[in-house]
Amino acid sequence: MNIKEAVKGKELFTGGHRACAGCGAAIVARQVLMAAGPNTVVANATGCLEVVSTIFPYTAWNVPFLHSAFENAAASISGVESLYKSWVRQGKYDKKVNFIAFGGDGGTYDIGLQALSGAMERGHNILYVCYNNEAYMNTGVQRSGATPKGADTTTAPAGKKKQGKEQIRKDLTEIMVAHKIPYVAQAVVGNWRDLTSKVEKALATEGPKFINVFQPCRLGWAYKPELTCEMGRLAVETCAWPLYEVVNGVYKISKPKVKKPIAEWINLQGRFRHLARPENKAILDQIQIDTDKNWESLLRKEVPTQGPTA
Amino acid sequence: MGKSNIVARTGNEAMAEAMRQINPDVVAAYPITPATEIVQIFAGYVADGLVDTEFVPVESEHSAMSACIGSSAAGGRVMTGTSSQGLALMAEMLYIASGLRLPIVLADVNRALSSPINIHCDHSDTMMVRDSGWIQIFSENAQEAYDNMVQALRIAETARLPVMVTTDGFIISHGMERIEILDDAEVKKFVGEYKPKDYLLNFDRPITVGALDLQDYYFEHRRQLAEAMKVSKDIILNIAKDYAKISGRSYGLFESYKMEDAKVAIIALGSTAGTTKVVVDNLRAKGVKAGLIKPRVFRPFPKEEIADALKGLDAVAVMDRSDAINGQEGPLCVEIKAALYDKGLNKPVLNYIYGLGGREIKLDEIESIYKDLGDASKVKKNSVTYLGVRE
Amino acid sequence: MEEKKQKPGWKELTPGDLIIGGGTAREFKTGDWRSERPIHIPEKCIHCLTCWMYCPDSAVIVKDGKMMGFDYDYCKGCGICAHECPVKGKAIKMIPEKDAKKGCI
Repeated sequence: MNIKEAVKGKELFTGGHRACAGCGAAIVARQVLMAAGPNTVVANATGCLEVVSTIFPYTAWNVPFLHSAFENAAASISGVESLYKSWVRQGKYDKKVNFIAFGGDGGTYDIGLQALSGAMERGHNILYVCYNNEAYMNTGVQRSGATPKGADTTTAPAGKKKQGKEQIRKDLTEIMVAHKIPYVAQAVVGNWRDLTSKVEKALATEGPKFINVFQPCRLGWAYKPELTCEMGRLAVETCAWPLYEVVNGVYKISKPKVKKPIAEWINLQGRFRHLARPENKAILDQIQIDTDKNWESLLRKEVPTQGPTA
Repeated sequence: MGKSNIVARTGNEAMAEAMRQINPDVVAAYPITPATEIVQIFAGYVADGLVDTEFVPVESEHSAMSACIGSSAAGGRVMTGTSSQGLALMAEMLYIASGLRLPIVLADVNRALSSPINIHCDHSDTMMVRDSGWIQIFSENAQEAYDNMVQALRIAETARLPVMVTTDGFIISHGMERIEILDDAEVKKFVGEYKPKDYLLNFDRPITVGALDLQDYYFEHRRQLAEAMKVSKDIILNIAKDYAKISGRSYGLFESYKMEDAKVAIIALGSTAGTTKVVVDNLRAKGVKAGLIKPRVFRPFPKEEIADALKGLDAVAVMDRSDAINGQEGPLCVEIKAALYDKGLNKPVLNYIYGLGGREIKLDEIESIYKDLGDASKVKKNSVTYLGVRE
Repeated sequence: MEEKKQKPGWKELTPGDLIIGGGTAREFKTGDWRSERPIHIPEKCIHCLTCWMYCPDSAVIVKDGKMMGFDYDYCKGCGICAHECPVKGKAIKMIPEKDAKKGCI
């Protein structure tokens, strides 16, 4: 997407919404819609993005928008897309329309997983964008299946006996790859070119698509608001959140120029503050080991594009 | 009057037939006994190209209603079907559908709610969602199931409220009956075209559906819903009048059977009303002034009209095929007592909770109710009897 | 300061919790959330539009491909624009909101 062209378009996610100052989810919504264009219907699960942007009678959405419940963004957009297919087949409608569902990690990894899985299996021509801030932020930073091990959340807090979440996070992106859908990707707030090109690629693909966008949250992660984009880039550089695409089962992984130690990313966040304590060094070390293991394991999924040299 | 056809159909087949003739844009459904056949038969129509419908085989009932909401909000005609646990699972979405004022039509094949798990008929599922803002229409038999489904669509689109049409699980849903169906063209003309002003696929006028209301707007939106339910009563009656013109069959808010000079009467929903008619005929032959009231529309509850119909009685019995577990009486009985009270009619009301989990209700059991009514002065007023349970 | 309008009653509202027309959030000004505000330094600006791309509140004004300044009706003062500005020495500076009220802009 060319920025000079994009800026000529109408704002499809306007100002006046009640997101926190420096909110990454608002950036995701704006950039995804920039890439998708005005002929887009959006379905949104209950969560930060939906709540801040649609407080009656104000709506920040300049495209048709549907919210009904927390766990059903994928089922809702399936319904809209099915009606579209029906009308097109009956000759009642002929515009080309994008169908995009937004859900937080709460409404996607956990309570919304069933609806997402069903929609992907049914093969609807929809794009599901998960804005993943690694906790149930809208209700006050409770742990989700996407919360990483060691993070402090209100339902898995760091205290005297426990040091934050004890379980590793789910790998929803790989779950989506296992559904054998034509396009799956991980993106991040802070690399707009990567995110928008992935959205464009997804929307040009027929069938179900999934993009997991890592979304730093200044409130839940506790860092200064101006760092939202930098936090995203740092997550990529430390391999806390690799950027990659799986196109018809073929992995394409973006490799950071220099792989930075995970501590550089962790130390900037209040939700990991307790890991700086000397008694928690083992947890921090384990996080580096796990990050490296996951990164190596991901790299092995990429088939070398060149054959062996003679 | 249009050309009619006599066919043999079970309740499920009759409902599927009506759906075929309506030819909705989308059907999103999940199977559950005993409603499964409706969508199975319909899927067969889709596979044979007999309808234009997009059939969405969702992965749960919650997703079924969610997808229906998506399709309806997008501007389409949407129908679905379920029972019992399925209705319970989608309960969250039922309330949302009515709050969003979407004209979805649902075939609700009455089946008992767990626990214990039971696949047979009782009305607990429909009663569970009586506050959900859906119009609820009960069918006595397969003919009514067919007629109600055809009318339901227009009722929903005119009232801007979702409508559920019930049949008794297995008893009616799987019972073969002789019914009269209309011509395809007649049904098509009756339901007309659905052209909503606001819909998601309208990019000239983008809408936001399902916004969050803070304390300053929620109450007003719910007041609107209450009004819509109230006003739907007349809409239901008007559409019934139109339907009578093409079918020759008249429907109202409830049916009065041999009530003109009745002194004792039973109020019963669904297929039991049909059984009771046989008992009424037998008693009438013996000179007993027995009658029956069969509510057809349970939501909105025709409070005044039913109370008027009960004016001349000495005593009335309410048969409830579900238990509200409120430590008192069944849900239909509660509504009847309130209706009588508002009219200042202080009559003995006997409540009979029966047929739970598909327990058969027999002619002699119903006759015993009329006997109790005959001795109403001796029988304890406001009693609740669990009829047919083993003590 | 907007004057307090009587909110519509249930008879006037569109039925079904429907908001008709896009972008009505623009009627809600979030500018008063700020404790600091961004200032544009046009002579340093290369008009890369990165600030526009990353502003969560669509508060960067661009005209004919050129960065013109900020829409202070919506700007919440998060500072992302200043932080992301790629220019050496920065073409956007954050200043305390109280200084702005003294009439700098």
